[in-house]
Amino acid sequence: MKLSKKVALILVLAFLVTIAGGCGGSKPAPAPAPAPAPEKPKEILIGANFELSGNVATFGISAVNAIEMAFAEINAGGGVNGIPLKLVKVDNKSDTGEATNVATKLITQDKVVALLGPVTSTNVLGAVPVATQYKVPLITPTGTNPKITVDDSGKTREWAFRTCFIDPFQGFVGANFAINTLKAKTAAIFIEKNSDYAKGLAEVFEKTFTEKGGKIVAKEYFVTEDKDFRATLTKIKAANPDVLYVPSYYEQDGLIAKQARELGYTKPIVGADGWDSEKLLQIAGAKALQEVYFTNHYSPQDTDPKLVKFVENYKAKYGSVPDALAALGYDAAYILADAIKRAGAPEPAKIKDALAATKGFVGVTGSVSIDDKHNPVKGAVIITFDKDGKQIFKEKVNP
Amino acid sequence: MQKILNKRIILTILVLGLLYGSIQNLIVQGKLNPYYEINLLLIGINIMMAVSLNLINGFTGQFSIGHAGFMAVGAYTSAVLTVKLQQPFPLAILAGSLAAALIGFLIGLPTLRLKGDYLAIATLGFGEIIKVVFVNIEYVGGASGLSGIPHITTWNWVFFLTAFTVVFIKNFINSTHGRACISIREDEIAAETMGINTTKYKVMAFTIGAFFAGAAGALYAHYFYIIQPNTFNFLKSIDYLVMVVLGGMGSITGSVLAATALTIISALLQRFAEIRMVIYALLLIVIMLFRPQGLMGNKEFSLSILERLGRGEKHGSVSSK
Repeated sequence: MKLSKKVALILVLAFLVTIAGGCGGSKPAPAPAPAPAPEKPKEILIGANFELSGNVATFGISAVNAIEMAFAEINAGGGVNGIPLKLVKVDNKSDTGEATNVATKLITQDKVVALLGPVTSTNVLGAVPVATQYKVPLITPTGTNPKITVDDSGKTREWAFRTCFIDPFQGFVGANFAINTLKAKTAAIFIEKNSDYAKGLAEVFEKTFTEKGGKIVAKEYFVTEDKDFRATLTKIKAANPDVLYVPSYYEQDGLIAKQARELGYTKPIVGADGWDSEKLLQIAGAKALQEVYFTNHYSPQDTDPKLVKFVENYKAKYGSVPDALAALGYDAAYILADAIKRAGAPEPAKIKDALAATKGFVGVTGSVSIDDKHNPVKGAVIITFDKDGKQIFKEKVNP
Repeated sequence: MQKILNKRIILTILVLGLLYGSIQNLIVQGKLNPYYEINLLLIGINIMMAVSLNLINGFTGQFSIGHAGFMAVGAYTSAVLTVKLQQPFPLAILAGSLAAALIGFLIGLPTLRLKGDYLAIATLGFGEIIKVVFVNIEYVGGASGLSGIPHITTWNWVFFLTAFTVVFIKNFINSTHGRACISIREDEIAAETMGINTTKYKVMAFTIGAFFAGAAGALYAHYFYIIQPNTFNFLKSIDYLVMVVLGGMGSITGSVLAATALTIISALLQRFAEIRMVIYALLLIVIMLFRPQGLMGNKEFSLSILERLGRGEKHGSVSSK
């Protein structure tokens, strides 16, 4: 009896599967809609897949604000080849699975011709396979992980681009700055153990620093959730390094700077673009930020006229000084518009080719050329703080 | 024969088959938009997670908030098998599930001697430990996660595993063991007096729940290209807990309903980033105010209601267990 029940169940299921398979299999999938007639489309849809809620929402919002501003400017000037751009903005909750989900939606539901975002590397890695599958170019303004544009076998990913320099470059700039400008002989590195961003930067910093004749006297770790760094900082201070390298994000950086100064460490602290936030001053206080230097994509104090105009407009629209994410997002939007213009038609494949051929595009974060790994070739800046804790532009470093 | 192949079973199979067949048909013909497909798969995975968590939280009454940890174990184990060791997908799913079940068993032994809030905190800690362990294993990519996972989870896999999970747990609940689990929820001391080995059944519930969470994790990993420890954080566990509580602690159909509804709501709100979490939270508050026992309470919605309608009886739309 028992057996016959199972047999019956299996038979019924098998029957249904056969039916389902049978009906479907005979008909080939309909070909995708034929290429649109040469008439001019009313607008060009661009997808924005950003972290608008969740733990890195401030990054995503900055970037999207700047992109919206760039699109408004472009459209005010008559759009691209006479067609206005339209941004389809969707939230990915700062989650990788959701980033995949959103990318799929933007491409297949909204039929966008190009994707902007996300801003953090892991989320970009969730979206890149979708862009590749449906053959739509994706530009991340700030995803710095090398794997985004180059796959594991070293081949360039055809549809993925970025408009910021990659992590190793910042570690390289930081180490050179410590040796050349700060005349440091010894350095300590304080690494956020569960952040690849921090680990990647620290690795390159250490390599460059030792190659140039410096010595790493201490290498300590912490995890993102840590709030009290005094014990480890005491240990670092005892090693007496000429410079302390802390390549993390502003929440930890601010606390570390504050606590290091409280413990009497007065020598320079060097960081990377994770330090760039308005909240840093609230967390650390102006006193702790003396002799702090960090590498960044751009400085709002730069006197380049294009940049000055961008900073003014952004301030007028959103009431705050644009951070690097905003500047990079702004440039990404313009680079995309430039590529669409050169492509001649808003078609993903043509846009992709035009993007890959970008040479000497002048944006607010400097001149950008896309290399054969789909990474931009561009400069970096060193930023420090005045006695009120305001960011000041220190120097510009070219690759 | 008559008794076993009764109307209910036939009806269930028919409905499941119809659901599967119609969607499979759409997919094969290329008529189903990939965006709907992605969310359908997500619904399936969420149902597996919610139903398996319900076995622990709702039926056995053990308040566990580390379910995403089991999912992580399944996801990572299966992904390592396919990415690093080039093993076939079915084997990877099985290994992921078994690894999660083993961890569930190991965790269950010491922590299940705890009760209520203490157990909740222990499972919370466990979930975090799993996350931190993966962060620190360079072999699986550390904090940036394991990328390059083949995209091989299909609607077939998700549908049959989801159906299997629901049927298995439903049958488990109706078995001697399941009854023992429910008795623990109702009154642990009374259950013990009646000769029920409470620790054994609690560990059993944990192991089975973890097994299916592991399977769901394996499916998830092979659909979303990349997994990182942060995906399986505390908030993810809470998401599933919300599904269970919203659907009704101790109602499988409730969990299915809630998992489906919440996945769809989350997808619909993608466009409204600014108010997304507000709407989501408001919905939960409203539902909890009006249905504190969850959408289904501890009742099940079953097909026998159709039967009754067929016979012209007029009972409520919800049949008791």
